[in-house]
Amino acid sequence: MTPVWILSDYYNNINCCISFNILQLLKKNLIFLKIHVFLFAVPNLSSRLRFQSSSSDMTPNPRLRRSRYIFASNMAANGAVCSSKTKLQDGRCVVKEVNGVRNIFSEQVEYSKLLETKDSNGVPPKKKPVRSKESFEEVPLYTAVMTYLGFYLLMFLGYFNQLFFTPKVAMEKNREGYVPLFDRFESFYLRYVYRRVRDCWNQPICSVPGAEIVLKDRITKDYGWTFEYTGTFTKCLNLGSYNYLGFAEADGPCADAAAEAIEMYGCAMCSTVQELGTHPLVVELERTTAKFLGTEDAIVFGMGFATNSLNLPSLVSPGCLVLSDEKNHASLILGLRLSGATIKVFRHNNMLSLEKLLRDAVIYGQPRTRRPWKKILIVVEGVFSMEGSIVHLPDIIRLKKKYKAYLYLDEAHSIGALGENGRGVLDYYGCDPNDVDILMGTFTKSFGSAGGYIAGSKRLIDHLRVNSHAACYASAMSPPIAQQIITSMKIIMGEDGTLEGKKRIIQLARNARYFRRRLKQIGVIIYGNDDSPVVPLLVYMFSKIGAVVRTLRTRNIATVGVGFPATPLMEGRIRFCISASHTKEQLDKALEVIEEISDTLGLRYSQLPRFKGEVVYGSDDESQ
Amino acid sequence: MATQWVLLEVFQALNEVPFYHIFLEVGLLMWILWLIFHKSYNPKELEQLTDFEKEKLIEEWTPEPLVGNVAQNHPSLKPRMVSGKAGKFINVDGHYCLNMATHNYLGFVGNKDIEESAIKTLQKYGVGSCGPRGFYGTVDVHLDLEDRLTEFMKMEEAVVYSYGFSTIASAIPAYAKRGDVIFVDENVNFAIQKGLDASRSKIRFFKHNDMVDLERLLMDQAALDKKNPKKAQVTRRFLIVEGIYMNSGNICPLPELVELRKKYRLRIFVDESISFATLGDHGRGVTEYYNIPREEVDMISCSMEWSMATIGGFCVGSSFVVEHQRLSGLGYCFSASLPPLLAAAAITSLDIMEKDPTLFKKLQQQCQLVHKALSTLPLFILQGDPDSPVKHLYLRNPPNCTNHEFNLLSKIADFCIEHGIAVVTAAYLQTEKFTPRNSIRVTVNNMLTGDEINNVAVVLEKASSEVL
Repeated sequence: MTPVWILSDYYNNINCCISFNILQLLKKNLIFLKIHVFLFAVPNLSSRLRFQSSSSDMTPNPRLRRSRYIFASNMAANGAVCSSKTKLQDGRCVVKEVNGVRNIFSEQVEYSKLLETKDSNGVPPKKKPVRSKESFEEVPLYTAVMTYLGFYLLMFLGYFNQLFFTPKVAMEKNREGYVPLFDRFESFYLRYVYRRVRDCWNQPICSVPGAEIVLKDRITKDYGWTFEYTGTFTKCLNLGSYNYLGFAEADGPCADAAAEAIEMYGCAMCSTVQELGTHPLVVELERTTAKFLGTEDAIVFGMGFATNSLNLPSLVSPGCLVLSDEKNHASLILGLRLSGATIKVFRHNNMLSLEKLLRDAVIYGQPRTRRPWKKILIVVEGVFSMEGSIVHLPDIIRLKKKYKAYLYLDEAHSIGALGENGRGVLDYYGCDPNDVDILMGTFTKSFGSAGGYIAGSKRLIDHLRVNSHAACYASAMSPPIAQQIITSMKIIMGEDGTLEGKKRIIQLARNARYFRRRLKQIGVIIYGNDDSPVVPLLVYMFSKIGAVVRTLRTRNIATVGVGFPATPLMEGRIRFCISASHTKEQLDKALEVIEEISDTLGLRYSQLPRFKGEVVYGSDDESQ
Repeated sequence: MATQWVLLEVFQALNEVPFYHIFLEVGLLMWILWLIFHKSYNPKELEQLTDFEKEKLIEEWTPEPLVGNVAQNHPSLKPRMVSGKAGKFINVDGHYCLNMATHNYLGFVGNKDIEESAIKTLQKYGVGSCGPRGFYGTVDVHLDLEDRLTEFMKMEEAVVYSYGFSTIASAIPAYAKRGDVIFVDENVNFAIQKGLDASRSKIRFFKHNDMVDLERLLMDQAALDKKNPKKAQVTRRFLIVEGIYMNSGNICPLPELVELRKKYRLRIFVDESISFATLGDHGRGVTEYYNIPREEVDMISCSMEWSMATIGGFCVGSSFVVEHQRLSGLGYCFSASLPPLLAAAAITSLDIMEKDPTLFKKLQQQCQLVHKALSTLPLFILQGDPDSPVKHLYLRNPPNCTNHEFNLLSKIADFCIEHGIAVVTAAYLQTEKFTPRNSIRVTVNNMLTGDEINNVAVVLEKASSEVL
C-alpha cells in the first residue's frame, strides 16, 4: 500500500504546484490580459495616428505588436488601469501620500537629486535652482472606471446605430469588386464614435488668430454628418492657437515688412534651394536664426513638419539607434521611420527609463548581430505639445555626455515661449547651445509664420545643406513668410531698439504661471510644468471633451479638445495655449467660466490640497 | 470503513518498517522535490557582465561622428543667389538672365493681381495661421481655396496641404498600408518615393512609361493572388504615376494605365505637380489632355509651388477617397495650415486661369517651340515630351564618371548664366531609388518669344562646344 500512497501524494503535490504556478502566472499577466482585451476592442486605430514603433520592422505581425506596445506604455505611464503598486514603484514613479490620498508625481524631484549626486565629473550640472514644478496627478479610480465604461458605451451605441442606420457618407462609385479602401473598424470609429463630437474640431475662423478670434458659425442638422454655415460669426477669446508671443498680427512692423517682401520678391520662388530658390531673405533668416540661438550656423525650411520628417533620414540610418520619447510628435516619428534606424521608446520625460535603454544599448549593441551601434540619437521635444511638460534637459545632457549619444531637441513649442530671452529650453535651464547637437524648431508658433529650422555646428549644417531631402527637393521658403520671421525674431532679440520683445516674453511667462496656478486652485487636474504655456486640462471622458469644448464656445472661449486616438484612451483633455497677447482680464474671464463649468460638468478631479490665498498676477516672476 | 482501514494499514506499515527506510523515503521525496523545484542551470547567468565590465564597455564605445565631412567646395554649400523676383527674367548672382530654370510656367511670379490679393489677405489675417487645420487653423480662405480647386478640377472634394513635398508624401501612406501592393514607375519624383517608404507596402517598380513591363508585374501579382485568394481579398493594389515626370519630362500614357486599372482592379493616383495648369485646354492636367473622365482616376495630387507660384499642395478626387486624408494625412493633420496669404494667392491664380484659358494653349506652343529648338543641339540628347514644360538635356557623349559628367554640366550651366540664360543642373541626392542621370533641366514659360527661344539654343550650343 505504501507506494500507492506515496505516489498519490506526489501526484497531489504536483497538481497543487501546477495550479499554484498558473495562479501566479495569471496574476503576473493580468495586466497583459487587460491589454489583450483592449486590443480586441480597439485594433490598430491608434497605430494609424500615433504609430510609435517600438522596434524594427522585422517583427512578424507588427501592427499588433505596435499597438500593444503603445497601450502598454501609455497605461504604464499614466498608472491608471494597471495601478498595482508594484508596477509603479520600481523606482520609476514616486508615490506620495497627501492627505491619505495616493498621488503619483512625476519623477523629477527625486531623480534629479539622484542624478546630481551621481555626476561623474563631480561638477554639478549648470542649472538654475528649479522648483518642483511638474505634476501629473493620477486619475481617481472611480473616474478611470467611468471613463472606460463611457467609452465602451459609446462603442456599443455606435455598433447599435450602425445596425439600424445607413451612414450619410459618400460611397465609392465605379469600383465594384475592388478590395475595400478603408479599414472597417476605422470607418466605424469615425462614423459612429468620432462623429458625435466632430463639431469640436476644424472650426473655421475668419480673423487673425490673435488674443481674440472670430469663428465662422456652423450648425449640423443631422448629428454631425454634415455642417451648414449660418453666415453668422462669433468672437471668442482664443485659447487654442499657438500664438505664444502674440506675433499673429495683421498690422504692425512684421506685417508691413512681409507685405514689402511680397512686392520685392513675389510669393514664391518656384524652385528648390539647391537650384534657384536661394534669395537674400533666406540667407538673412539663416544668419539671424543662428545668432538668436547662439549656434554656428542654421538652415531653414518651408514647413515645420517637413523639417523633422525630411531631415532625420539624413542624420540616422539603419544600424543607428534612436531613443525617442513616447510623447514625441508625429513628424519626428515619421522622420525616424523613414530613416530606417532602430527606434526604442522611453517613457515620457523619464530619465531612468532613458538611462536604462542607453546603458543596455551601449553594452549589448545591436540585437542578433551584437555589433555596436553606429551611433545613438536621443530625440526629445522642448515643450511637449499634448502634455505641457518641459524636457529635463540638464539631465539629458548629462546622460548624453556619459554615454556619448547625440541629442536632437525639437523646440517647436518652446522656442520663443520659454526662457528669459525667448531662446527656448536652453535659455530656460541656462544650458550651453553647444551641448545639444541638433537644435530644431518651428516658426509657426512663437513667430507667427510658417516653416522650421535646424541649428547647430557648421559641420552639421553643411551636411544638411548637401544631403537634406528638403533642401534638395522641396521648394524654397516663401519670401513674405521668411520676412515675418526675421522681423519678429529681431523684435524678440531687442534689435529693433525697443523692449517690445522682452515685454512679450515676460507677459507670456506671467500669463502662463498665473493661469496655471489659478486652475490648480480651482481644483482641476492640469498636466505639465508650471512655466509651460501649454496647459492641458484633464477631463478624461471622451464625451466630456465635447461637452467642455461646446460649453466654452457658447461662453465665447475657443479651446481645443484632444482625445483618443491622439491621446491615450484614458486621458481626454482640453488644451489651453496661453499667449502674450492675453491680458490678465481676459484670463480672469476665462478662469471664471472654467470655474463655473467645472461644477456643472464635474471637472474638479484634483485631490491635492489647494492654495487658499489669492493668486497674485506676476507675483512669482523669476526674471525679477 | 475503507478509509479507516487504509489509514490503519499506513500506520502499521510505518511502525513496521525500519527507521532507515523512512529516512530513505523522506530523502528520496526531498530529492524529487528538489529536482522539480530547483532552478535549472542557466548558462546565460555565467555570461552576465559584471558592473566593472559594463563600465569599461561604456567607456570603450566610440560612436561614429554624427555627420560625415562635406567637401567644402560642394556646389550646394554655395547655392546661386537670386535677388528680386524670379519672373521671366531673373537675377542670378548679379547676372541678368532669361529664366529657363524655375518652374514658373504661367508667369505668375510678379503678377500684380496675385500680389495684391496676398497683401490684402495679409492685412486681414496676418502671416501665419498658428495652428493645424483641426485646431483653429482652418481660415475661411482655405475653405474657399478648396471649393475653388474642386470646381476647377470638376471633382468632388479637395484638401489643401501646406507644403508641396508633403502632399503626395502624406497622401500615399494615408491609403496604402503594410501588406498592400503599389505599382510605381521607377522614374517618380522623390516625394513619391518618400510616400512609398512611409506606407511600408510592397513596392513593385516598372520601367519608365513601359506598359509591357507593368503588365508583366500585374500578371505576376495576379498569379500570386490566385495562389492565395484569402490574402488577395485584403491586399489593396495601387498604381502611382506622375502626369509629367519631373525627372524625365515625359507624359504618362494615361489611357493605357486606366485600361490596366480596370483590368487588374487597381486604384490609380496621379501626381500632377507639373501637368496641372500646363496640360489640357483648360489646364486641368493630364486627364483633360487625354480626354479621360476624371472619375477614372482615384486621386490627383498637385503641388501649388510650380505653375500657381505659391506654396503648398492639394489632393482632389471623390469625397469618398479624399475626405479620408483630413484625419489620416499626416502632413495635413499634424502640420500648421497654409498661411492664408499664400492660399489667397492660389485663389487669384485660379481666377486668372479660369478667366483666360488661352494661357495653356500658348504655353503648349512655347513648349513645342523650345522642344524644336533644343532638339537641334548637336552635343545634347533632349528628353521630354514636346508638350511638357520640363525638358532634360543629357550629354550625347557622356564621360564614364558621373561626377565628371555633373561637373561638365555645371560648367555649361555657369556659362549660360554668364551669357544671360538661366538654366540649372537638376539636383538629385544619392539616396534616390534609381539615381537619375545627370542633366540640365530646362523649363518653359509662356512669356517667351521666338527670338528668345532661338537665343537659348544658340547660347546652349556655344556653352557646350566651349566646355566639352
